[in-house]
Amino acid sequence: MRRLLAVLAVLVILFALGAVAGAQDDMVEIEYWQYNFGARVDAMNMLIEQFEAENPGIKVVHNSDIPYANFRDELAASAPAGVGPDVVTLFYGWIPAFVDAGYLVPLPDDPFSEEFILETFSPMVANSKFEGSYWAIPTAVRSLALFWNKDIFADAGLDPESPPANLDDFVAAAVATTVYDGDMKDILSITRQGHAPALASQDHHWFREVLIRQYGGAPYSDDGRTVTYNSEEGCAAFSWLAAFETELMTGSNDILDGSTNAFVNGETALHVDGSFRVGTIARNNPDLNYGVAELPVGPNGERHTFGSYWTHGITRRANDDPARLDAAVKFLQFITTPEAGTLWVNNVGELPAQATAAADEGLQADPILGAFSAGLAYSHATFFVDESAQRQVLIDAFDNIRLGGMDPCEALDEAAAAEQELIDAFWADRE
Amino acid sequence: MGRKANAAGSPRFRWTLARKKIVWAYIFLAIPIVFFAYIRIYPTFFAFQMSLHDYNPLAVEQPYVGLENYEKVVEELSKKKSVTKSAFRNTISYVVFGVPIQLCLALAIAMMLNEIRFMSTLYRILFFLPFVTSTIAIAWVFRMLYQPRFGLFNVILQFLSLPQQPFLTRPQQALPSILALVIWQGMGFAVIIFLAGLKQIPRTYYEAAEVDGASRWHTFRFITMPLLNPSIVYLLVLQTISFLRMFAPVVAMTEQGRGGPLDSTTTVVLRVYREAFQSFNMGYASSLTVVLFAMILGVTIIQLSVTSRRIN
Repeated sequence: MRRLLAVLAVLVILFALGAVAGAQDDMVEIEYWQYNFGARVDAMNMLIEQFEAENPGIKVVHNSDIPYANFRDELAASAPAGVGPDVVTLFYGWIPAFVDAGYLVPLPDDPFSEEFILETFSPMVANSKFEGSYWAIPTAVRSLALFWNKDIFADAGLDPESPPANLDDFVAAAVATTVYDGDMKDILSITRQGHAPALASQDHHWFREVLIRQYGGAPYSDDGRTVTYNSEEGCAAFSWLAAFETELMTGSNDILDGSTNAFVNGETALHVDGSFRVGTIARNNPDLNYGVAELPVGPNGERHTFGSYWTHGITRRANDDPARLDAAVKFLQFITTPEAGTLWVNNVGELPAQATAAADEGLQADPILGAFSAGLAYSHATFFVDESAQRQVLIDAFDNIRLGGMDPCEALDEAAAAEQELIDAFWADRE
Repeated sequence: MGRKANAAGSPRFRWTLARKKIVWAYIFLAIPIVFFAYIRIYPTFFAFQMSLHDYNPLAVEQPYVGLENYEKVVEELSKKKSVTKSAFRNTISYVVFGVPIQLCLALAIAMMLNEIRFMSTLYRILFFLPFVTSTIAIAWVFRMLYQPRFGLFNVILQFLSLPQQPFLTRPQQALPSILALVIWQGMGFAVIIFLAGLKQIPRTYYEAAEVDGASRWHTFRFITMPLLNPSIVYLLVLQTISFLRMFAPVVAMTEQGRGGPLDSTTTVVLRVYREAFQSFNMGYASSLTVVLFAMILGVTIIQLSVTSRRIN
C-alpha cells in the first residue's frame, strides 16, 4: 500500500509541475486542420513557417494526417470531446451545415469587411455570404476545364492541338477516339475510351452549373432554394451526358479503374476535371501527353464553368479564448494574402483566390493553368446544403438511366424531388 | 454472511495474505470491467439517449425531440423507395442468404476435414486463413478480381468462352458478389467450431449405427446433427449477428464506400455511419442503431428458444 501511495504522490507532483510550466508559457498555440492532400500540406507548411517567423508569439500546430474520407468524421468526433481545430479548412459546400451547427463563427469585420472581400476576392467567394455574414475565406479557388489526351487524338487521326470547342465537336471527338476489342460496340469491349461520364467525380458539377445553362435552363431558382433542373432544358442536357454511356458507348466509370484513373493512366481521350488534377497527373503519370482547354461552349454559344474552393473558417473553440481568436484571425489574414495565393498556385496548382494574383499575366498565359484561370470569369459555385447527399441524388439519377434503363426526364424529376426535400429540410430547421 | 460482516466490522479484522490476494485479484479484474463498461456499455445507453435528441455532434446544444427520430424511421420505411428501406432490405438479404449458405458449406467442409488424415493440418490452415486476414485487404483484392474485363474472374470467364459479368457494377449482381466474399471469409471460423464439435462425438455411436445398418443420411440426421446442436446454435446466433452488422466489406467494395450501385448493397450499419458522420444526423443514426439492436436481440432470443432444445 505504501508503495502505491508513493507512486501516486510522484504522479501528482509531476502533474502539478506540468501545469505550472504550461501556465508560464505565454506562447499562444492554435491548431489548424486540413485533410491530407500532399501538395496542400507542403504549401501550408511553408506558409506556417513564414507566419511563425513574422509572429514569434504564435505557434500553429498543423494537423494534416486525416484522409479526405475521414475528415468530417474526425471533426464530428473532436467537437463533443472539446478538442479540435481553431482554424479549419472545409469544402465551401459544407459551410452551411457547419454554420447550422454553430461550429463556425462569422469572420470579424476587421480585417474581413464586406468591401474588402468584394474588392479583393474572386466573385465566387463574394457569393458565399450566408445569413448576412461571411464564415470562411479561401487561399485558392478552382474551376473546371477540359483535359484531352494528345496522343490518343493523334492515334485517331485528329489534330492533337485542337481540342473540341463546342458540345458537338466533343461528341464527334469522343466517338472517333473510342476503341473496341472486336466488332462488339459495347461498354465491356472498350479498350480505349472517348469520354467516360462519372457523376461521382466532377460531372455532376458539369451538368448542374454548365450543361443546363448551355442548353438554356437554370439549375436552381435565384435564391438557391428551389430545384429547377427538371426542365426541358435540363432533360436535354442530362440526356446528352447519359448518351456517352447508353447510346454512343464511348466509356463508363465502371471500367478501366474509374473515369479519373483511366484518364490519368492514358486510357481516355476527353475528361472534365479541376486544376487539382494537374498535380495528380504530375505525381502518378508525369509522361502523360495532355492539354487543358476551356470547357466547350454549348448550343447557345455560352461559356460556363463550375467554381469551387476549400476555404478556411474560425471555429467556436477559437472564439472561446480572446488570445486564440486574435491569433486565429492573424493566421487567417496571413494565409489569404495575394502572396499566399501565389505560393499556393506554384505548389498546388489551385488558382489564387485574390483577383489581383489570379489576373497575373504569366498565369493566364500558362498552357495548363491558363484555361482554369480564364474560367474564373464565368464560374458558378452551387449553394449546397448537404453536398454529399445532393451529389448522391444526381449519381442515383444517372445510375437509374444507365443501369435501370429509366428515361432521363423521369430520372431527373425523381432527383429534383429528392434534392428539394433535402433543401427544404435544411431551411425548415433554420426558421 | 453474518460472520463475515462481523469480522469486517470488528476491530480485529486483519489483512491476511489470502484476503490480500483476493482484493488484488478484484482490483486487477476491475480494469477490464471498467474498460468494458466505459467503452461498450455506456455508449450503448448513450445511443438510446441520443436517439431522443436532434443530436448534431458539431453543435453546442442537442435539443430533445422525443420519438421524432423513430417516427422518421417508420416514415422512411413506409415510403415506396428510400435508402433506409434499401438498407434494411439488403441487411435481411445478407442474413437470410449468408448464414444458411455459410453454415451448410462449413459443415460439409468440416465433415470432410474430419475424415482425412493426410495433410489435414494444411487443409485446416487453408480454410482458416481467410478468417485471420484483414477484411479490408481481402475486400480490396476481391474488388480487383471482380473488375469488368481485366479482373481475374472475367479473364477466366473469357478463357472458358463464357459471357463477361459486370459483378459489382450492376445492382442485380453486386449484393451476391459481396456476399460470396463474406461467406468465404467467415467460413474458416465456422469450420473450426464444427470440427471441434465433431471431435466431441464418440466414434462408438457411429460404429453402433453401422452395425444397425443405418444409412449415411440416417447417421447424419440422427447422430451428427443432434450432437452437433450446441455448435450449430452457437454459430447460428453469432453469424446472424455478424451478418446483421455488415459494414466493412460494403464500404471497401463499392464506389466511394456509398453502398451502391443504386443502394443495392448498402446496409443498416452503413446507413448509420453515413447519417451520423456525413450528414451529422447523429440522433437519427442512433435511432437506427436502436432498431438494429432490437432486431438483433429479437432474432437471438428466437434462435435460442427454438434451437437450443435439449437432445436425448
